[in-house]
Amino acid sequence: MSTTDQQAARPRLAVPELLIGIGLLACAGAVAWQTLSIPVSPLYSKVGPTVFPYITMVGMTILSLLLIVAALRGGWQPEEEKETPTDWKAMGIVAVGLVANLVLIQPLGFTAASVIMFVLICHGFGSRHPLRDVLLGLILALAAYFGFARALGVNIGAGFIENQLNTGLDSIIRMLRG
Amino acid sequence: METLSHLAHGFSVAFTPVNLMWCLLGTTLGTAIGVLPGLGPALTIALLLPITYQVAPEASFILFAGIYYGAMYGGSTTSILLNTPGESATIVTALEGNRMARSGRGGAALATSAIGSFVAGTLGTLGVAFLAPVVVKFALSFGPAEYFSLMVLAFITVSAVLGSSSVRGLTSLFIGFVIGMIGVDLQTGQPRFTFGMSQLLDGVDVIVVAVGLFAVGETFYMASRRYAGKDEIVPLKGSLYMTAVEWARSWKAWLRGALLGFPIGALPAGGAEIPTFLSYAIEKKLSKHKEEFGTVGAIEGVAGPEAANNASAAGVLVPMLTLGLPTSATAAIMLSAFQSYGINPGPMLFMTQANLVWGLIASLFIANIILVILNLPLIGLWVRLLKIPAPQLYAGILVFATVGTYGISQSPTDLVILYLLGGAGFLMRRFDFPTAPVIIGMILWPLAETQFRRAMTISNGDWSVFYTHPLSLTLLTLAFIGLIGPHIWAYIEHRRRRGPEHVPGDA
Repeated sequence: MSTTDQQAARPRLAVPELLIGIGLLACAGAVAWQTLSIPVSPLYSKVGPTVFPYITMVGMTILSLLLIVAALRGGWQPEEEKETPTDWKAMGIVAVGLVANLVLIQPLGFTAASVIMFVLICHGFGSRHPLRDVLLGLILALAAYFGFARALGVNIGAGFIENQLNTGLDSIIRMLRG
Repeated sequence: METLSHLAHGFSVAFTPVNLMWCLLGTTLGTAIGVLPGLGPALTIALLLPITYQVAPEASFILFAGIYYGAMYGGSTTSILLNTPGESATIVTALEGNRMARSGRGGAALATSAIGSFVAGTLGTLGVAFLAPVVVKFALSFGPAEYFSLMVLAFITVSAVLGSSSVRGLTSLFIGFVIGMIGVDLQTGQPRFTFGMSQLLDGVDVIVVAVGLFAVGETFYMASRRYAGKDEIVPLKGSLYMTAVEWARSWKAWLRGALLGFPIGALPAGGAEIPTFLSYAIEKKLSKHKEEFGTVGAIEGVAGPEAANNASAAGVLVPMLTLGLPTSATAAIMLSAFQSYGINPGPMLFMTQANLVWGLIASLFIANIILVILNLPLIGLWVRLLKIPAPQLYAGILVFATVGTYGISQSPTDLVILYLLGGAGFLMRRFDFPTAPVIIGMILWPLAETQFRRAMTISNGDWSVFYTHPLSLTLLTLAFIGLIGPHIWAYIEHRRRRGPEHVPGDA
């Protein structure tokens, strides 16, 4: 709230909120496009496959319009959030870490890609000990790979590191069995 | 009593060594993730969903229930010592609990919250055991029209009635609807909302959505807020034993909190916030030590809300088990675990899966006992978890997020969806959209569609079934009141006060 001319101050348009409203309206548009492209079913059914998509489409449109109105009337962001500057650099580094993981997980395997992501995210959060982070990331990724993935039976992409360790483990198990 | 013999049978299921081990594992893990900021029960259970392919249903639900209860206990530790409530239900605990810790009575605050959680959790679980069969008898008379109307009511209560804004709550819910519709329509085989991509034909997994919103979104949010004030851990001081006076001040608050929390949690509206806030207000009113509230911290203000929180967590299990109606993100993810076993929660569950249901309820009693032991004598261990530095904590969470999502399909598409949802989760957190309705919406919307179609097929396409059946009409009317009522109320209040002050766009 501004301290001066409280009476005259018309609520100002809130740009970030407006963008969110417009973005959601675009989503509603995409929903409409997808709803209209659902082919009419050749199978008979009392309620076709389009009824609920239509409800979703109408709801999304109304809600995004209401949000745009709210944005034009000054937005809804809590004061506390507005006053905290966003650390774009930190977020950017975290995002780079995620993209690196996405790109590298197939060629390098889970562990190597995870270590790179781990180090980048730690850096984004302000850690300045890259070597220690590499070590921590490696331990954690291997723990996740062997403890979690193998125990849960989910098959996670194995790369160079995992294959070496898997063959190592298997040969140890074979040795133990004599 | 029938319930008692069922319970006895349940204990025979829960007391097998293997199931006790799952219970211990779940409660330990639950306490740990409850203590750690940034991790919650919904995210943890989502990451562990693949376990449903490996073990018997009894085992995985005992594990999940242990995590669910454990997170409630652990969350209060963080609220008291760190003043960052891990979830909305522990905001009130932080109010007085952190003040008590600062004035050197942290031990008593932790003790009253752990013992209060035990008392309320046990009462709440008794409530589940005795109330659920009653609800089941009632629910057996439900037809598809009633189920559909009940889901509509739940949609409104979880998104529009609770929370700071009904428009933003409903927006979250509808985003969940869109995600829930992606994939092949089971009845007609038509692909919907797939944008022509074959990867989307199977739909979007709830694991990807939960991990994206809760883990990736939270990580972005924390990264973006490095300029915000750092929280400081209050060192644990004071004996963990409560004095006679503290016991005397606590026990009534526990009982009142439990009596408040359980019924509200068991309503098909859910939400632990309302009972905790109500309990806080009541304790403040009844207390003989009003001067301690907001200054040095009043023990009633910790005991009551903490009990209400745990009792309502138990209450949420009633609509989940008896009606298949999840009213929290965690319950919605548990529902998808049921689906993964091909089991439909609902009134029939108590007949077809008696082993599972009563074993689960019995294990909740055991979980409460394990948790009070884990959280009192071993509290020092959990406090140490709070010292994990944020960079490594969040980087580690994302490593596990990758395992949980990439592991189910080995598809980079899932990672792309995960990260996009993470971006959305950040925006939602930043701009005050609730995230739980997304999860509830995506799980419940397809079920609502099934019930709607059944009702329309039975009625031969006649829409009037929804308003000629008295129960269905009542539920829909309640939903309508829930949607419109608060706005009319606010309008009347506004007119009455005629305050020119503009509240910025509280739509």
